[in-house]
Amino acid sequence: MAALTQVFGRLLKAVLTLLAIAVLNFFLVHAAPGDPAVVLAGEAGAADEQMIAQLRARFGLDQPFHVQLWTYVSNVLTLDLGYSFRQGAPVLDLILDRLPATLLLTLSAFVISLTFGIALGVAASARVGKVSDSILTTFALLFYATPLYWAALMAVLVFSVQLGWLPGFGYETVGADYSGLARVLDILKHLILPAATLGLFFMAVYMRMTRASMLEVSQMDFVRTAKAKGLSGPVIRRRHILRNAILPVVTLAGLQAGQLIGGAVLTETVFAWPGIGRLMFESLAARDYNTILGVFLVSAAMVIFFNILTDVIYRLVDPRIGART
Amino acid sequence: MNYLKATTFLIAAALAGTALAAETGGRLDIVVQPEPPGLMLGLVQNGPTQLVAGDIYESLLRYNTDLEPQPSLAKSWTISDDGLVYTFTLQDGVKWHDGTAFSADDVVFSADVFLRETHARLRSSLKYVDSITAPDAQTVVFTLNEPFGPFISIFETGTMPIVPKHIYEGTDYANNPANATPIGTGPFKFSAWEKGSYIHLVKNEDYYLDGLPKLDEVFYRVIPDAAARAVAFETGEVDVLPGGSVENWDVPRLTAMEGVCSTGKGWEFFAPHAWMWLNNREGPTADKRFRQAVMYAMDREFVRDVVWNGFGKVPTGPVSSKTNFYTDDVNIYEHDPAKAKALLDEMGYNGEPVRLLPLPYGETWQRWAEAVRQNLSEVGIKIEIDATDVAGWNEKTAQWDYDMAFTYLYQYGDPALGVSRTYVASNIAKGSPWNNVQGYVNEGLDAKWDAAAVMADPSARADAYVDIQKTIVDDVPVAWLLELEFPTIYRCDVQDLVTTAIGINDGLRDAWLEK
Repeated sequence: MAALTQVFGRLLKAVLTLLAIAVLNFFLVHAAPGDPAVVLAGEAGAADEQMIAQLRARFGLDQPFHVQLWTYVSNVLTLDLGYSFRQGAPVLDLILDRLPATLLLTLSAFVISLTFGIALGVAASARVGKVSDSILTTFALLFYATPLYWAALMAVLVFSVQLGWLPGFGYETVGADYSGLARVLDILKHLILPAATLGLFFMAVYMRMTRASMLEVSQMDFVRTAKAKGLSGPVIRRRHILRNAILPVVTLAGLQAGQLIGGAVLTETVFAWPGIGRLMFESLAARDYNTILGVFLVSAAMVIFFNILTDVIYRLVDPRIGART
Repeated sequence: MNYLKATTFLIAAALAGTALAAETGGRLDIVVQPEPPGLMLGLVQNGPTQLVAGDIYESLLRYNTDLEPQPSLAKSWTISDDGLVYTFTLQDGVKWHDGTAFSADDVVFSADVFLRETHARLRSSLKYVDSITAPDAQTVVFTLNEPFGPFISIFETGTMPIVPKHIYEGTDYANNPANATPIGTGPFKFSAWEKGSYIHLVKNEDYYLDGLPKLDEVFYRVIPDAAARAVAFETGEVDVLPGGSVENWDVPRLTAMEGVCSTGKGWEFFAPHAWMWLNNREGPTADKRFRQAVMYAMDREFVRDVVWNGFGKVPTGPVSSKTNFYTDDVNIYEHDPAKAKALLDEMGYNGEPVRLLPLPYGETWQRWAEAVRQNLSEVGIKIEIDATDVAGWNEKTAQWDYDMAFTYLYQYGDPALGVSRTYVASNIAKGSPWNNVQGYVNEGLDAKWDAAAVMADPSARADAYVDIQKTIVDDVPVAWLLELEFPTIYRCDVQDLVTTAIGINDGLRDAWLEK
């Protein structure tokens, strides 16, 4: 019961936080120099006062600032993200349109990095000081330090241009009209490079964290007790060490999960992946205020949601946390 | 053995058969960058929109690479001797993509009602138009109030796209739901738009010209990263890279590939002309001698050869050599640092720093700004580079918050359409980065520009423009940098891709694939 009240309290706080973020975003976005009407007119290479005035009126930019802010906040309160005048579509539609592609990419990367990160971390900690451990930690350090953008380009050059094994960009083969399983396989093929590239960094982080945490926990008294009980090495590692060592990894995973929506801008750009990160970036360049604000808000909601979820998972992994509060 | 011979014969027969039919069918993949904000060409006229929508919409005329008018929706036309009455006879059997018959009423609606409200650039030409009428369904008559010289050049697709009256009349144009599925008369129909991925167009089977278009379908591919676009071409994902879609240093590598062709043609109508705005109002740039010194200080040939990989031409003044009424009979600014220094000494330049705003259009433009900074610092001008993004650049130039700023503009075939707008004082107004941003005022010239625009006699116009170009080159209101050339890179089996003055913007009507 106490737990439920607490979650409810967290949700209430979350809504307030979200509202504060929405207002802050509004100020931030409008503080950037530039005007969507001039950008749009400018792309046509010609503009006169009439055109700019027409556009500004359509975008609602001719209204006083506080009126624009109030319109925005009251729209957000009714879960209306507004309309993108640049793209001629409701912002919610634009986001929902891009959401599947982004989630597919970021969730795959999430799963890849978490699975391999933890598995390799456990493996490295079991072989601490040996050559295989050194090799693993060296690679982890390398992936950790490599800029994502560069890694992505290299992956394309090697696997797509030189070897020709995998498509270098895009979401699926354009115009191939695959359906059913063929389409799934086609999308999977396109997914491998971007998901692997995006997952590399966090995989390295998880691996290093798991390894360090495992080593720390393995020095503790209860592990010695378990050994004294005569339990086998793998059982000790899985049931006693890993379970205690995993908490910092869960914290980090919660952070990464918060980026599921907005954290793939670079990957999506290099691999021409039609996701939300690119929508945000392009809208930013065009000062498409409503769309930027919409993406920011949805991303913020994701971060808050995963923070709460992380707390819940803490309790599951370590029941003492719930008991204490 | 007999069997083998028989198969050989069959294969040969099949090959002969395909050789005859080689011209029709096939699919083309073209890069479009950036993704267009919309495809309704009457509402949005930016480059990417026109690239795609130029296959969907048409205007009355097309222009060949010598800028001579050719039939499009109009099959013939006459101009009265006084240059005031333009009569167009329309093609027979033209249908909109939804099956409705096209008529002269659509032209009148487009030019007189729709575009007057939505199209800033056309609006400035339409002020010379007294009336637009349709005496019958096949004829449109434009009557002018003055013999506006370049009038025959305004019937290009991006300048006057003909839009369907039956869909737009009496509606809120900008919010008409039909904008999402554009209906035109052109050789290709809109099929699908996967936002962030591609736009798909299919052949218009009912096109009014027999046997056209040849291609079955076209995919415009959205690939946001310049390096990825080059890779897409290398791996065969796309067949055509329109001008400017890859960074310059990738161009030699791509064009050296086997079976790859490139052409600099197809930009004659636009004639993109690059210059730096020099703020004529304040700071050192307000002094004519300083501006001349800038011209002498810059090594424009070097930039053309190194930054632009040899593409383009060093301009002599405000008018591109591709545009009508160009003359090179003006003062030529050679690279002459000594002369630049002398001019700076004469004006007593005190080393006051000058802000330079590069155009945020990618690496090439960054390097260009660095080259200019180096040239100018060689003669003692102190440059501070002011970096920003596209929206910030728009804002700063439109609000005159700069000393020197890179830009390039299109010329649309005629000085009265694309050149005078940068130099006449009546076009000084805050809020737009595409007018007389530098604040150049020369009243004597203003009168000459106005007069030259409405001379019925082309040779009199030519004389007037020579006179104008001489004066303006001496004044250096802006620092002319380069006549840009954006090579179109394509696989050599794509034939007749670039045949007009706007290149692939309307080239797919005639394009075909060699098999």
